[in-house]
Amino acid sequence: MSSGRSTIKRARVTDEHPVAATSLAPKSDFPLLAGNSRLHYLDSAATSQKPRVVLDAITRYYETANANPHRGAYALSAAATEAYQGARTRIASFLGVADADTLIFTRGTTEALNLVATAWGRANVKAGDRIVVTRLEHHANFVPWQELARAAGAEFAIAELNADGTIDMSALQSLVTARTKVVAFGHVSNALGTVNPVGDLVAIAKRVGALTVCDGAQGAPHLDVGVDSLGVDAYAFSGHKMLGPMGIGGLVMRRELLEAMPPYQFGGDMISHVGDQHTTYNVLPHKFEAGTPNVEGPVGLAAACAYLTSLGMDRVIAHERALVSLAMERLSAIPGLTVLGPAAEKRSGVVSFTLKDVHPHDLSQMLDADGVCVRAGHHCAQPLMRALGVHATTRASFYVYNDAGDVDALAASVERARRRFAGA
Amino acid sequence: MDHTSAELDELYQSIILDHNRRPKNFREMEDATAKADGVNPLCGDQLTVWLRMDGNQVADVSFRGQGCAISKASASMMTQVIKGKSRAEAEKLFEDVHALVTGHPTGGDVGPLKALGGVSRFPLRVKCASLAWHAMKSALDGGSGKQAPVSTEGEGPGGSGA
Repeated sequence: MSSGRSTIKRARVTDEHPVAATSLAPKSDFPLLAGNSRLHYLDSAATSQKPRVVLDAITRYYETANANPHRGAYALSAAATEAYQGARTRIASFLGVADADTLIFTRGTTEALNLVATAWGRANVKAGDRIVVTRLEHHANFVPWQELARAAGAEFAIAELNADGTIDMSALQSLVTARTKVVAFGHVSNALGTVNPVGDLVAIAKRVGALTVCDGAQGAPHLDVGVDSLGVDAYAFSGHKMLGPMGIGGLVMRRELLEAMPPYQFGGDMISHVGDQHTTYNVLPHKFEAGTPNVEGPVGLAAACAYLTSLGMDRVIAHERALVSLAMERLSAIPGLTVLGPAAEKRSGVVSFTLKDVHPHDLSQMLDADGVCVRAGHHCAQPLMRALGVHATTRASFYVYNDAGDVDALAASVERARRRFAGA
Repeated sequence: MDHTSAELDELYQSIILDHNRRPKNFREMEDATAKADGVNPLCGDQLTVWLRMDGNQVADVSFRGQGCAISKASASMMTQVIKGKSRAEAEKLFEDVHALVTGHPTGGDVGPLKALGGVSRFPLRVKCASLAWHAMKSALDGGSGKQAPVSTEGEGPGGSGA
């Protein structure tokens, strides 16, 4: 970070959104929350809770349509194929992707980013080239590129940040030169909540023809993404952070790039013809989906997308911003507490903070006793932690089922922990 | 897993909070004969333990590093109890403390470290309580700081994910 540690002593709170006194989605829609009334689940950036409609969709699939898709000629296999491909169409539509076959299902964001770094990267990045990432990245959008650079003999460059935890765009611009082949960045920082200016990042990368790769793990759940209009070459996301099940996510990538890329894995379903010495590959999306697919995952995720659509993503954004503003205001009033990252209007539903003389691990343990679930640690972003000059932070993250009562519980519990550790 | 406030009180006893605020022997050692680093890769905590051995005896011991109250207090109390002890006595304390925090106390006298007994109700925190002890053991076994740091991986259940 160019000017060291970033601090926001006094949160700048916008008044444009009413305080979220009630949750946007009823807690009763979420069996786990409905069954634990004293739980304040504030770790949705790690994973979200699941609404009943998602669980029901998965059960219904197994009870009515389970078979191996793309295999049998019988009606049940056709039903499974329809469930799988229909889910792809609905998820693509939710994400603003017109060509559904350019949505490749993966286990999640990590696998999607590894797919690009491996299949596209090995074919296109050579010795002497440069790969640019930012200081904000999650390890999933950092280590695969670091590893690709090492293997290819390319240079791995990190764009540093401004003091408020936003990307230093002029620093990034100076790194993006004719030999830059990849610019990889997150849509939203998982550690600080910073929403990055994707359009500006794409414009800088396009000038030199570099591939733009966006880690959307924290974007897809919280923003009205519209992948096609973002202009990125590749967008990766995870279903479990957006009310869907674990083990499903995807990579959206421009068709001509996917068609030119070699496959990532080889086996059943991804082939067109297997000769004794030579194999030709299937069309998109199958070329990148070797083996029997995860069908319950897309089915559950499509139900989650429908649920989010019924809430309205514009209302999701406003609700989270109201909660974040309230949380920043309440937490900043606690002595010795420092909120890290940008002002409320530049972030999604994440508040990361440190408390003087109380280690995040101890703080989260104290909060747990009050039913407040937060994440403590480096948030899989050690390069960022080094720049912030901290080993770990405590992170509260919000979603559609949270309300002002959850923020009150968080602030009260942090204050109790502070007093206890101060010996008061 | 829900923990009662009594369990939390037992975990964060005042002696632990005191050591966290004012750790003993929290310093580098210039004339150390051995040192070792310990890391907890899941939470990023790391500390270094220095030993000055006089023959078979721990003449001096100190530590520095980053860690939670449990790891800091455990390290601080460790430096108090193993100073002046023989190598065999220090190794016996390692075994007794490890048994205590994992919920299988041996009944051996661990002095003030009995305050760490509450850790056994919090399996995720066993790594925190053990960190300094693993580093001390590694230093006793000839750690020079040149080898890879000793890791708490393999100790208790896993910790945080992404």
